[in-house]
Amino acid sequence: MPNTSLDAVVPMLCVVLAALAVMGAEAFRGRGEDMPLGGLGIVGLIGTAISSLLLWNRNSASFGVIVADNFGLFVTLVLVIVGILTIMFSSPVIRRDGLPKGEYYTLILFSIAGMIMMATANDLLVIFIALEILSLAVYVLTGIRRDDARATEAAFKYFLLGAFSSAFFLYGIAFTYGLSGSTRLDRVGAYVAAQSMSDNPLILVAIGLLLVGFAFKISAVPFHMWTPDAYEGAPAVVTGFMSTGVKAAAFAAFARVFLSALEPFSADWAPIIWLLAAATMILGTVVGVAQSNLKRMLAYSSIAHGGYLLVGLVAANQVGKAAILFYLLAYAVTNLAAFGVIALLGARDDANDELRDYAGLWHTRPALAALMTVCLLSLGGLPPTAGFIGKWYIFSAAVSAGYYGLAIIGVLTSVVSVFFYLRVVVMMYMADRDAALAMPARITGVGFAALVASIIVIFYLGILPTLALNFAAESIATIF
Amino acid sequence: MMPLLTLSWLVPIAGALLLLFVGNADGRRDGLIRWLTLGISLVVFAVTVALWVWFDAASASFQFVERRAWIPAFGIDYYLGVDGISLLLVVLTGFLTPIALLSSWGSIERKVKEFSIFMLALEGAMIGVFVSLDLFLFYVFWDAMLIPMYFLIGIWGYDQRVYAAIKFMLYTMAGSVLMLVAILGLAYLNSTATGSYSFDLLKLYALDIAPPAQMWFFLAFTVAFAIKVPLFPFHTWLPDAHVQAPTAGSVILAGVLLKMGTYGLLRFSFPLFPEAAAYFAPWLALLAVIGIIYGALVAMVQPDMKKLVAYSSVSHLGFVVLGICAMNTQGVQGAIYQMLAHGVSTGGLFLMVGMLSDRRHTRLISEFGGLKGVMPRLSAAFLIITLASIGLPGLNGFVGEFLIMLGAFRWDPRFVVFAGLGVILSAVYMLWMLQRVYYGTVTHEENATLPDLLPREWAAVVPLCAIAVVMGVLPTLFLKPMEASVDALVNTVQSAQQLQVRIERSERSER
Repeated sequence: MPNTSLDAVVPMLCVVLAALAVMGAEAFRGRGEDMPLGGLGIVGLIGTAISSLLLWNRNSASFGVIVADNFGLFVTLVLVIVGILTIMFSSPVIRRDGLPKGEYYTLILFSIAGMIMMATANDLLVIFIALEILSLAVYVLTGIRRDDARATEAAFKYFLLGAFSSAFFLYGIAFTYGLSGSTRLDRVGAYVAAQSMSDNPLILVAIGLLLVGFAFKISAVPFHMWTPDAYEGAPAVVTGFMSTGVKAAAFAAFARVFLSALEPFSADWAPIIWLLAAATMILGTVVGVAQSNLKRMLAYSSIAHGGYLLVGLVAANQVGKAAILFYLLAYAVTNLAAFGVIALLGARDDANDELRDYAGLWHTRPALAALMTVCLLSLGGLPPTAGFIGKWYIFSAAVSAGYYGLAIIGVLTSVVSVFFYLRVVVMMYMADRDAALAMPARITGVGFAALVASIIVIFYLGILPTLALNFAAESIATIF
Repeated sequence: MMPLLTLSWLVPIAGALLLLFVGNADGRRDGLIRWLTLGISLVVFAVTVALWVWFDAASASFQFVERRAWIPAFGIDYYLGVDGISLLLVVLTGFLTPIALLSSWGSIERKVKEFSIFMLALEGAMIGVFVSLDLFLFYVFWDAMLIPMYFLIGIWGYDQRVYAAIKFMLYTMAGSVLMLVAILGLAYLNSTATGSYSFDLLKLYALDIAPPAQMWFFLAFTVAFAIKVPLFPFHTWLPDAHVQAPTAGSVILAGVLLKMGTYGLLRFSFPLFPEAAAYFAPWLALLAVIGIIYGALVAMVQPDMKKLVAYSSVSHLGFVVLGICAMNTQGVQGAIYQMLAHGVSTGGLFLMVGMLSDRRHTRLISEFGGLKGVMPRLSAAFLIITLASIGLPGLNGFVGEFLIMLGAFRWDPRFVVFAGLGVILSAVYMLWMLQRVYYGTVTHEENATLPDLLPREWAAVVPLCAIAVVMGVLPTLFLKPMEASVDALVNTVQSAQQLQVRIERSERSER
């Protein structure tokens, strides 16, 4: 059905226009002139949010490859939140670290555009293009501090492994195309549905290759190797951004491909993803325990959270699909806020991200310590926070699909993860401040506002989750 | 009608939030905050007493019920109610919190505001646990309660506080997350049986669960509760947490927190899975009896008073579990009575040990001796509470222990023999401590000038002693409100257990 409506691309277009505006403003900026470039980005993101809400329940499609169904729009809204929080946290960091402001915001906005495209793409090739748009921007962002050797190394590693995974993904697309004659998900789905398993083992090869490509992007074990280094090396805000935004976009595409087009083969891929999920949860938490660098610890924790999201994918029932969406929202806000604290506490010449840098934070910056504690408790899944509702939702999906084993692994690893989140709390509250440490910076302005807003959202989602849960349930009703 | 139950948990939480906004840089407003906190906790106590006064003792059903949809998509309700089993535990919480707060006036000197916030949050969450009738809501309170307790132990505790706090948190969480899976499983079973998710406890009571599944569910719930009780061999977190916690924390831990475990057994494990409960009850009782004797023996050799009292809790809570396992009217009534009595007397013991330790900064028995002449008032109060704790007739401990033994005897006399041994041992270690600390001559010079009870401490100790006597002399006052609910519980569980044959039959068919 030819469809030339442009509706479905409007949310993405808003971000792209904002990115172009930032680029233009940067180009025509007088030397030393300070422009509110972050504000431009936020305006664009608000445009995205409004257009997404207007498109809600309309199921519009553009060019047959971009579909603005509720599922895609929900993820888009999550990405808008990620974008706005990232920009708010970035603004003090850019000033402090002397980062190139125009380039920074442009890259952030372009990568959000790529993420939105990935979440709404209905064609394997478009997913691939989106993946590349967002990845290239994120590679550069990882190494945006060119004077920092660790950041450069991280960016390089991330780029090499990312390119490698893209190749896998592309190879998977090639196989799929070779078999079904199309890259459009609906046509692939129709072809796959008509096949029976034994007919063509090649389809399993295609599924396997696509799976590897996605697993790299969501850093599922054993394809997680790049994550700790990249997350540790990148500036903390960027880490927060990629650990939430990239993950949300990749999961959206992952779910769309595997739960719609490749659904008929779930008997083949479900056991594999079961294993991936279990390994990801276990390794993420167990190795996280041994870390002494907070950023690296949270890198492992975000690997583990990817594992919980995979549980929702394995469950593959209505609860599970909605749970993925809710979890993405809860996790995005919480994780970004946690990385926001790290970013805001850093200094230009010292990242201040070792665990011992947080000793006695409570005595010097009580409000900040309290905000960080809420984030950590939410990541650990304790009530009454968003993280608890998210975990509860994911595990109820697993239980109702009969995956008791996965649910038990999940709850036990979340106890282990509480142990390392508590190590930070112990440092902040129960250790004495090392006199040699510099007094942590006072956090004010936009950064603090973003933190407080995140905490309010964390509690709101934790105590009155009904609205968001209904939204998530409505989002999956139309496509799966 | 006022929403009393909502008030009972919301007042402390709202109070904690209120305190958050009281500026207290450099502890300038410590005094104000202390009075404010005490005032809030007294309001909560008044609310809990109002519950007791208006409670209809003749009815076995839940009262003061409040119900509102919370997360409708999953059948989760904001659903509160009390019956005879939970009523007095709510009152106990309301009663002990102001006393614990009073005890902290002398010993907590830094970060008073944060301490008060955590104490009030803890109180709110504990009451929430006792009044929730929706399993999801219950779990939220159950888990949320760990956070303030963790901070109380970790920040204001003694030397090993961080280790104790983390151990407490991880132990309890490890147990409770398995319960979470079981809760989700129950809701799922309900949805396959009735077509909709529900976490409503009363609906889940009515659910017919196949025996093999019951076994797993029972174990998942019971391990969570056994850790909290703590039942031997899950007790190892307790000595650490109790000893390292600040006095107020120990009072609440021993007085209320441990009862959540036994309350959970009564409210969830037994009535939800009666057939599995019948199957496992002898084993649970065996662990309980081992705990009674083991706790007593270990308590006997402790040089540290706080540790001694901590191990005595393991022993006393063993009695409670034994009474629950007997699952007859006397056993269960005795168990609930013993829960209340233990809250009062062990809370009191921790309180008074804390007073000594505030004065001398040591809790070693060998550092004391002959305090009777120096501190006659404290000695008198300590004597009353000690005797109450070992179950002297006329004081609160006797009624519970007696009823439990009676109930257990009707069920299986073998357990009673060993439990009786525990009673004797408890007299030995408690009286021995009393003798070494308070009687004889003053062995350490610095003890000769210790001040006796201050008015503030007086205000904390007197209500405890008074209630210990009242509970010993007028047990009907407390037994009356629980009677109808206990009878109903015992009837439901027992009639379901008549079907225990089903378990055996299914076992045979599996073979």
